[in-house]
Amino acid sequence: MLAKRIIPCLDVRDGKVVKGINFVGIKEVGDPVECAEEYNAQGADEICFLDITATHEGRGTMVDVVRRTAQRVFVPLTVGGGISSVDDFRELLRSGADKVSVNSAAVRNPQLIKDAAEIFGSQCVVVAIDAKKKGDSWTVVVNGGRIDMNIDAIEWAKKAEELGAGEILLTSMDTDGMKTGFDIELLNAVCDAVKIPVIASGGCGTLQHFSEVFQKTKASAALAASLFHYKELTVSQVKEHLEENNIPVRRVD
Amino acid sequence: MITIIDYGAGNLFSVQNALNYLGVENRISSRAEDIISADKLILPGVGAFPDAMKMLDEAGLTDVIKEQAKLKPLMGICLGMQMLFDKSYEFGETAGLGLIPGTVELMHPEDDLVIPHIGWNALEKNEPCALLDGVNEGDYVYFVHSFAAVTDSKNVAAYCDYGMKVPALVTSGKVYGCQFHPEKSGKTGLTILKNFCEI
Repeated sequence: MLAKRIIPCLDVRDGKVVKGINFVGIKEVGDPVECAEEYNAQGADEICFLDITATHEGRGTMVDVVRRTAQRVFVPLTVGGGISSVDDFRELLRSGADKVSVNSAAVRNPQLIKDAAEIFGSQCVVVAIDAKKKGDSWTVVVNGGRIDMNIDAIEWAKKAEELGAGEILLTSMDTDGMKTGFDIELLNAVCDAVKIPVIASGGCGTLQHFSEVFQKTKASAALAASLFHYKELTVSQVKEHLEENNIPVRRVD
Repeated sequence: MITIIDYGAGNLFSVQNALNYLGVENRISSRAEDIISADKLILPGVGAFPDAMKMLDEAGLTDVIKEQAKLKPLMGICLGMQMLFDKSYEFGETAGLGLIPGTVELMHPEDDLVIPHIGWNALEKNEPCALLDGVNEGDYVYFVHSFAAVTDSKNVAAYCDYGMKVPALVTSGKVYGCQFHPEKSGKTGLTILKNFCEI
């Protein structure tokens, strides 16, 4: 049986982790490679880098981060943020990424999903969807929730699957940062609409939120950033809790 | 010296990263002489079976691999593992290297499980195998595939359960095949690679 995956996400700008990190034993605080190694040791099933570099010059550093991480961490690596072309996919996959996630560029140019899936295979194409409640449904938003694309999030998830997405990374902009739990209603709506794996993101604050998301939805994985960044919880604590609740997980200890 | 065989389809650098991490001398090469002079061989592979066999043929490596596999340990990974068998039914029927008896067929899992099989799944040991030294029953490894080997149980060192019994680690003589990606399977994968390097 497949294990449910726990995915820590690192926000990287100009080659540095931007959220204040205070891992014990890490000398160079804010080095994404060392943070990834720490998460790997805790039992992360996948590491996600989100590149929030604003400048073009800074983007080369992400490729270097991925290359260095792939030399030390032997679990799948996913890279997202600012991906807008097949060439971006190629560069990151060549440097050691296993999956690339696309967000606003795919909303603006859905063909990108199809092109990337045909060239590199669906298994490495992750479509990240930021969704926000609007009336009785959800709308797709971009730029950190600032721009409403007026596209139904459920329909967009279906279309992404049709175009060849291998996975959906679904972030609820209503629960993100709230620490009140994952958005169960949104997750169920998307999980019911697609057959590909859905990664739950946004809103977790406690151990119970992780067991809840796997008990109440068909999500294949749960992603969290600041919760792990600030060491409020470790990946191993989350997995121990899930195991106690009879949810299959990969333990490394 | 381990030669990672480069024929144009593969996760070569991930495999090389893992071998470098383990401190094992290795090189990536598409030259027959580097296959002949190596102590061990790794055949990686990503993509579709017919294309990969065609690329192997065009690189002039099919026969040399078949010969050398009798003389030294060879590990196939993912599609590289599938290529070890007699034939595959992916996009029609294509002959493989014929190093392990069996075929490669589209998976038909029960319970409406999704194909491809992607993610971490648990190893269930079957036949004894040196590659599983230090690997526990139920240890997880990382899979990405839609087709799977159909072969006698005596050739299967470990299965995994995905709505069907999926051959995960296969072996025959000096030939080994991992359906999963040992180079992406954390500590368990590194242990399996290390065991192979130390045969």
